[in-house]
Amino acid sequence: MQKRLANWGNYPTITSEENAFTQEQQLREFVVSNRQLIARGNGRCYGDASLGKHSISMLKYDKILSFDEQNGFLETQAGVTLDQILDIIVPKGWFLPVTPGTKFITVGGAVASDVHGKNHHVDGAFSGHITEMDVITGDGETVTCSQERHTDLFWATCGGMGLTGVITRVKFDLKKIETAYIKQKQLKARNLEEVIRLFDEYKHYTYSMAWIDCLQKGDSFGRSILIVGEHATKADLNPKQQEAPLKLPAKPRLTVPFNLPSFILNTFTVKAFNWLYYGKNFKKEINNVVPYEPFFYPLDAILHWNRGYGKAGFVQYQFVLPLEQKAGLVAILQRISEKGWGSFLAVLKVFGHQDSLISFPMEGYTLALDFPVRKGLFEFLDELDEIVLQYGGRLYLSKDARMKQDVFWKSYPNANRFADIVKTYNSGKRFESLQSERLLLTK
Amino acid sequence: MPTVLLLGAGSDMAVAIARKFAAAHYDIQLAARKAAALQPLQQDLQVRYGITATIHDFDATNYSTHAAFFAGLPTQPDITVCAFGYLGDQEQAQRDWQEAATIIHSNYTGAVSILNVVAESYEARRKGMIIGISSVAGERGRQSNYIYGSAKAGFTAYLSGLRNRLFRSGVHVMSVQPGFVNTRMTQHLTLPPLLTAQPELVANAVFKATQRNKNVLYVKWPWKYIMLIIKMIPEGIFKKLKL
Ligand SMILES: Cc1cc2nc3c(=O)[nH]c(=O)nc-3n(C[C@H](O)[C@H](O)[C@H](O)COP(=O)(O)OP(=O)(O)OC[C@H]3O[C@@H](n4cnc5c(N)ncnc54)[C@H](O)[C@@H]3O)c2cc1C
Repeated sequence: MQKRLANWGNYPTITSEENAFTQEQQLREFVVSNRQLIARGNGRCYGDASLGKHSISMLKYDKILSFDEQNGFLETQAGVTLDQILDIIVPKGWFLPVTPGTKFITVGGAVASDVHGKNHHVDGAFSGHITEMDVITGDGETVTCSQERHTDLFWATCGGMGLTGVITRVKFDLKKIETAYIKQKQLKARNLEEVIRLFDEYKHYTYSMAWIDCLQKGDSFGRSILIVGEHATKADLNPKQQEAPLKLPAKPRLTVPFNLPSFILNTFTVKAFNWLYYGKNFKKEINNVVPYEPFFYPLDAILHWNRGYGKAGFVQYQFVLPLEQKAGLVAILQRISEKGWGSFLAVLKVFGHQDSLISFPMEGYTLALDFPVRKGLFEFLDELDEIVLQYGGRLYLSKDARMKQDVFWKSYPNANRFADIVKTYNSGKRFESLQSERLLLTK
Repeated sequence: MPTVLLLGAGSDMAVAIARKFAAAHYDIQLAARKAAALQPLQQDLQVRYGITATIHDFDATNYSTHAAFFAGLPTQPDITVCAFGYLGDQEQAQRDWQEAATIIHSNYTGAVSILNVVAESYEARRKGMIIGISSVAGERGRQSNYIYGSAKAGFTAYLSGLRNRLFRSGVHVMSVQPGFVNTRMTQHLTLPPLLTAQPELVANAVFKATQRNKNVLYVKWPWKYIMLIIKMIPEGIFKKLKL
């Protein structure tokens, strides 16, 4: 059926023929008899990576195939969402090895973006936890790959944005937990200098990230709140929680039912939000034990918060800069502060080392910012791209909707090698998204 | 553990129904034409809900196998859900008997054949429940899908007769009349959102209705009234409509 589709940023929107499958045979037949296909998970990438002429909705490919409760291995079809997985594994004392800031993504999406979490500096990205996976390549064959088998396909699929084929099955390891709670520490940092110092001081924590107020100038430029955490042990819980340490109390969900007019999110409201968030009431340090959900998925509590940016949508701008290029971070934040286009969400995180073919993470600072689509935005972001390039950084394909071709080819050192592997497996040029066309990745 | 037999277990609606019952700790028997393809679903139900799920080859149009199929199940199911069906292509079915026959046999004859067997067994045991997934399309023939509609009409009438017959033996028969449901069967159609149910909604409604021994279930309530109005339109007018 022809459908209007957009991903999480509501920009861009495309008319696409959507098809869903539950049987591998049919899916393979579909792949070999069509072109301009792209697999789509839950549309939680922000931009145009899973938008194409024909989209293969993987959401019905949602079977959990096996769960080794002793050793912590899970095998699922690619369309299972992380929230379904958590519902099954957490009560049995297991957790996802890596999770992004929303649990409403599919396993296939996690692989194709090679997602990172707050624990990247300790546990790496999702790809490091995959034992094996199946990919239907351009000639309709199902190829099982891993770090040992068909390694070129494996590494080009992790972070490869669906261009090597359709991921159908993934087996990955889980992390043992004692409770469903997180022992967290929140620290207020006066400025960028301080938050970076704090990141270093608390780097032994498994989970860490910081919210930055990017509208501040002068001495409080880059003021932030660093949040670090560990999975709580039973001893960390209060007596009530100890009765059922792996069970969380149920709670209702809020939702934004329609698109808010975009004027609601302007500099003023961002300022007000940040003022409340960083305001005087916030102590220098807060320590508490919280359920895992608000810690990992604070935004999921408000379903469809993306509608808050209005009809024109928004783009998320996420870049990474090498560790020694802190000056680049300052330069970019300064440009944003000067421009006065503050972002509601500005998340800073330090990545650990990662060698990979095409995945986004590299050792350094990554910052994610939301910008509502408006006149002049893309020109402004092009300027920011120049700074990112100048400091040896790159942009996250999973959030991208507008990067220019040369920015991609200049900033991903393995771009050519990746494109070659894509050519091998994407025979007949079957897989193609708006993004791959834009970046000339499948030409 | 009570057990549910799902005939036509590969459809999206059947998957949702299987999950709903499995979550309520029913064991599940999955039956469909290519049973091997049901293995991921079987595994999924066992991993998610810790119940026992089995898979069984079943061909609705292979009537002579039905008695042996039912007798050969590992346990006699407490509830049998008849969920298979085939929408087909109306225009093709008008010209091509093969297509028409497939529609009729998949939606009506096959159902009668297997449910006759099930009914016999339930009547003798004086317990059990039969759930038939029919369609609002069976309530009045429309030019756009009357071959499918007529087969479903036959099925609806069959179910109501069966309900009448089995009442005295304590066996309950429920007819489900979903309107539009968002499934792979309808993915090429444009459906009105307010009248279209998700498979999970159908499954929830079916599960709830079984707890209350409901006779006829309309999944989205407006359908009951829409169909009432559609049935009341005088034939002289109805035949001129483009429905
Ligand atoms: C609130 C929020 C917070 C986020 N936080 C983080 C974060 O902390 N870290 C992070 O890394 N990301 C983060 N993301 C991004 C998100 O994790 C990724 O974009 C993820 O890939 C989305 O998965 P999806 O299932 O929705 O897939 P989609 O968005 O539909 O697709 C994403 C990409 O995966 C490909 N794909 C999907 N399924 C398959 C398949 N079966 N086979 C082949 N290719 C496939 C698509 O073609 C596309 O290229 C966040 C997103 C949101 C909305």
